[in-house]
Amino acid sequence: MSTTRSLLRPVLGLIAGMALVSSGPALADTTLLNVSYDVARELYKDINPAFVAQWQRTTGEKLTVNQSHGGSSKQIQSVIAGLEADVVTMNQASDIDVLAKNGLASADWRKAFPHGAAPYSSATIFLVRKGNPKGIKDWNDLARPGLGVVVPNPKTSGNGRYTYLAAWGYALSKGGNDAAAKDFVHKLFANVPVFDGGGRGATTTFTQRGIGDVLVTFENEAVLIDQEVGGDKFDVVYPSISIDASAPVAIVNKVVDKKGSRKAATAYLNFLYSPEGQEIIAKHYFRPRDAAVLKKYAARFPAIKTFTVEEKFGSWDAVQKTHFADGGIYDQIVVKR
Amino acid sequence: MASSGNRVLPGFGLSLGYTLVYLSLIVLIPLAAVFLKASSLGVAQFWDVVTSPSVVASYKLSFGASLLAAAINSVFGLMLAWALVRYSFPGKRLVDALVDLPFALPTAVAGIALTALYAPNGWVGQYLEPLGIKVAFTPLGVLVALIFIGLPFVVRTVQPILEDLDTEFEEAAVSLGADRWQAFRHVVFPTLMPALMTGFAMAFARAVGEYGSVIFIAGNIPMVSEITPLMIITKLEQYDYAGATAIAVVMLVFSFALLLLINGLQTWTAKRTGRAR
Repeated sequence: MSTTRSLLRPVLGLIAGMALVSSGPALADTTLLNVSYDVARELYKDINPAFVAQWQRTTGEKLTVNQSHGGSSKQIQSVIAGLEADVVTMNQASDIDVLAKNGLASADWRKAFPHGAAPYSSATIFLVRKGNPKGIKDWNDLARPGLGVVVPNPKTSGNGRYTYLAAWGYALSKGGNDAAAKDFVHKLFANVPVFDGGGRGATTTFTQRGIGDVLVTFENEAVLIDQEVGGDKFDVVYPSISIDASAPVAIVNKVVDKKGSRKAATAYLNFLYSPEGQEIIAKHYFRPRDAAVLKKYAARFPAIKTFTVEEKFGSWDAVQKTHFADGGIYDQIVVKR
Repeated sequence: MASSGNRVLPGFGLSLGYTLVYLSLIVLIPLAAVFLKASSLGVAQFWDVVTSPSVVASYKLSFGASLLAAAINSVFGLMLAWALVRYSFPGKRLVDALVDLPFALPTAVAGIALTALYAPNGWVGQYLEPLGIKVAFTPLGVLVALIFIGLPFVVRTVQPILEDLDTEFEEAAVSLGADRWQAFRHVVFPTLMPALMTGFAMAFARAVGEYGSVIFIAGNIPMVSEITPLMIITKLEQYDYAGATAIAVVMLVFSFALLLLINGLQTWTAKRTGRAR
């Protein structure tokens, strides 16, 4: 079946990516390496040629952009270990903070580009089986006993972490306190039958293995499955409130200074904010920042109320310490499932 | 003690030196680095990490499932080796080659294939589901994956010994009045025992460290189906290198102790059956 194959391919690609972090031939300053997270592969495959063409038009220089994808923390670890990334494009700020702590990116990298250096965002939403047989409408439905909720492991996946935080934020928004939120998230995670390592793995579990009643994942992933992969087997459900999953980018100072590629790297990241870049982003079901582009693709992006990590939780650092560190709230929840 | 000068074979000093350097480079230095990194945690912190409930649950699963898988492989691997050595049948070479397949197959491919087979909607899983048997995403799935990857170890260690074992010994035993079972039990089996234990130890060691094939089928449910290597990866994903190496140290010590024990048992049985070499 073609759906099987088209879903299997990214999975196999992921495996290949884990086995070998691709880095092209280093040709001084005419090469940029974009080290990115796993499911942004298809996006940058479209972004890169568009940017290379634009760079050639404006400067007359030839440029090659290589891309490397994998689990976000693993990718950042490679960069720290010496993978010569000119830019990193991630799906959560905490990963870039780690780079900054290691002196590879500026401490105030958020101020280097507009919108907190996040050229696009996504939201955590639901994908349910066709016709929504279990009547899943909002977060509180996910905590119903007996429901199967597929979520990637929050300890290993940014996607899973956003889901956890979105559920927590939902409980707070309903007037609950932290104890109520903890109880709610506890019930929700007790419904998870399988914890995959990453978002794509969870997608495979839900769509190919037929596990669970609802997949909670990024909007771009859910809509992509619904529109392009799943045929008519799934429905997308937008909850009443979700988390703003901004995808931040940064320049790796140490590398661009050594290679003399700062100009090209900056232009590359700025290109993501250009109307052309934003349009490509929207085509991949990520929410663009550009109002005009967002309007053009409004049909793709139903209005959804979101909150940011900073609004509800203060900072990623605080989130990490309180929720996901050893013995943190997430550990407490899963131990007594 | 005899000094090296008295040895009949020349080159003792050279080969021992080479052995030590090689072992240090390939095995000891990386292991020392693990211990060094783990020691950056204080004792109390180390203890907290390695005894946290989900980590302890993962030891039980990893070591328990690995021992069980190695035991199952010992029984069925012995049967396989027996069939391959003692009988000739059409397609024997093919079967022989198939045994090595779990060696050669990338573990992730094995994991994905097994998961697809045993998932509730898979080829095999759909028939087990109505019987109430869940394989994929349970500890049973972990066991299935570990049996799969461990099989060649037992077959390949037992096979050559069995090939060397002349049927004359059994014939002698039978002509002296032993029945077939007694001949196997008292003549064949003791000869195979040391090799079987080596195979068991190797299958076990491989299973404890296995990640790729298990991770897809395990379901990775905290306290239930998380294997210890996953706990290590989880720590790494959170940039907690010291925590990851702490768990690695515990695994290493456990595994080493178990392997020592198995080696000791092997020597003991070899001596007992008078085949010490």
